[in-house]
Amino acid sequence: MAELSNLCLLLVILVNFFTLGSARLGACIHAVALQGAVLALLPLATHGLNGHTLLLAAGALALKGALIPWLLLRAIREVRIRREMEPLIGFVPTLVLGALATAGAFIFADRLPLIEAHQGGLFIPTSLATLFTGFLLLVSRRKALTQVVGYLVLENGIYIFGILLAEAMPLMVEAGVLLDLLVAVFVMGIVLDQINREFSTLDTEQLSALKD
Amino acid sequence: MLAALILLPLALVPVALLAPWYRLRSWLLPAAGAGHLLLVLLALGHVADAAPGAWIGLDPLSRLVLLVASPLYLGCALYAVDYLEMRRERGNRTMVPCLLLFLAALTLAAMSRHLGLLWLALETTTLASAPLIYFNRNRLSIEATWKYLLICSVGIALAMLGLLFVAYAALRGGAPVSLLLTDLLAAGPVLSRPWLHAGFVLLLIGFGTKMGLAPLHAWKPDAYGEAPGLVGALMAGGLTSLAFLAVLRVMQVMTAAGALGVARPILLGLGLFSLLLAALFMMRQGDFKRMLAYSSIEHMGLLAVGVGIGGLATFGALLHLVNNALAKGCLFLSAGNIHRAFASKRLSDVRGALVALPFSGALFLTAFLAVTGTPPFGIFISEFTILRGIFDAGRLWVGLTVLVLLATVFIGMGASVLAVSQGEPTDRDLAFADRFLLVAPPLAMLLAVLLLGVYIPEPLWQLLEQARLLVEGGA
Repeated sequence: MAELSNLCLLLVILVNFFTLGSARLGACIHAVALQGAVLALLPLATHGLNGHTLLLAAGALALKGALIPWLLLRAIREVRIRREMEPLIGFVPTLVLGALATAGAFIFADRLPLIEAHQGGLFIPTSLATLFTGFLLLVSRRKALTQVVGYLVLENGIYIFGILLAEAMPLMVEAGVLLDLLVAVFVMGIVLDQINREFSTLDTEQLSALKD
Repeated sequence: MLAALILLPLALVPVALLAPWYRLRSWLLPAAGAGHLLLVLLALGHVADAAPGAWIGLDPLSRLVLLVASPLYLGCALYAVDYLEMRRERGNRTMVPCLLLFLAALTLAAMSRHLGLLWLALETTTLASAPLIYFNRNRLSIEATWKYLLICSVGIALAMLGLLFVAYAALRGGAPVSLLLTDLLAAGPVLSRPWLHAGFVLLLIGFGTKMGLAPLHAWKPDAYGEAPGLVGALMAGGLTSLAFLAVLRVMQVMTAAGALGVARPILLGLGLFSLLLAALFMMRQGDFKRMLAYSSIEHMGLLAVGVGIGGLATFGALLHLVNNALAKGCLFLSAGNIHRAFASKRLSDVRGALVALPFSGALFLTAFLAVTGTPPFGIFISEFTILRGIFDAGRLWVGLTVLVLLATVFIGMGASVLAVSQGEPTDRDLAFADRFLLVAPPLAMLLAVLLLGVYIPEPLWQLLEQARLLVEGGA
């Protein structure tokens, strides 16, 4: 099973790079949907088949892999935005930063005081690299929608770390976390729609009237 | 009994969604608030402390927070009835269910004994309050809502990572992996230090964002400035208290692990920085609702400083939590009335609130005196206790810095408040007049702060002391 989870984690890292380098919002959302679906496999691959992991996997697949991306795709259809123009940090520099951070995550994870079973595994470096990718998307993009994608990638990074500690997060809490994520994206979607109506754009540069 | 506290507001949500009558929907809020307060008072008297394995339950800290949040909510709910009556054009179909959900999430967060559950409840409060900030539906409130939603969601996501780090500390230390508070406290001594410290920092970033500690406060002036006064009151008094409770829960774990030496300086640094930043931005602040947000940052800073010093200062901070919530309630509600009456919150437009709105103006002015720590109000006592704690601990320079910053805040805030309340109003016939429910709740809160300044009831005193012992053990 270790091969399967390693394969999944490598796929997650590839998706990270894709979201950093792609200007097309639709493609980014599809990529994040793929990432969510791949993440749904991870609990099964690491902890084997049982009630807890099955439910967790089903929940992650339904929400991260289908429902949330669907909400976002509907949002971009309504606001008619296809591309991320003029990011604050260009696509090539963000890709380079992402690559450096991923390399850094692998080196850093080697030095962490891990328990024996996790040493040399891909889980922790992938989790850290995904977290950083999410952050990079959040700070380097102008469109409010890409920021939501960044938030989702960030959450995915945390989810990967959480899989290592399935005992700490009972099913009820895990389900609640997923549900909160869904509602968060839903509320963000509504706000996005209002931003678009009020400003005729999703450019967060417009959102700068409030300051001291 | 405890479940009823959470289920009561939840049960009213469908009623609020389905009921066709505007006034009935508005009155659901005080109904929920009154029922909640009644249940809280009953529970405080009759429900014993939580059993070790329980997911929800009471302990002195949660009793204290419930005792603060429940009356504040009832006051704001009564205020909401007349406020919503005045603003019929905005509707209350979103506001009422969101406020009810907010109460349920707040109660759950206060009673959680499982850190994962606490996290969940806190995130739910963020989601429930986002539509409330957007109540006025204009460009500025969208901007404020977006910033609030994004910054708090990312912050709280980092807190989740922090929780996982703490769980990993248990795993690495060979203890059972669990986020139940009792299990973590029992496992304290064996928790792996590097993971625990990293987890603490992440948790502090996450919950500190929600508290609005500088430099994680970016959303606060915008959100408090654009949200209706009653939402500001609930956030500045209720939500921040809960976020502080979450920080205290983390401190409990740090105490059990014997890592207070790491935790305290970080908290102290954040607190002092918040005080400094609030003092700087309070000067020449041209918008009196944003000014209140900086005042909230200041008081969050004081709470952090108190816990960062420990001992008597922690006791002072816990007392300050109570006082701050009530005083902020009064301040935000009366500021909301002034904002309504003058249809502006710029200092350049608002003059002579005392003449135009005798009640709200006087409340605003007095609440300013209360909140900046003028005797005989309760905040004077709690700030004094914190300062005494600081000097007793031999931290002379910290104490002097806090004193200077508090004085600066007083001057900066005083200039703005006096400009608002004194002088002759430019426009004599305002569409707005003080109504009973718009001034009675803030008045009651102010009287409570006054009462706490002259007399602290014995049970409250004991509760505060028990809560302090809970945070920092016997030390």
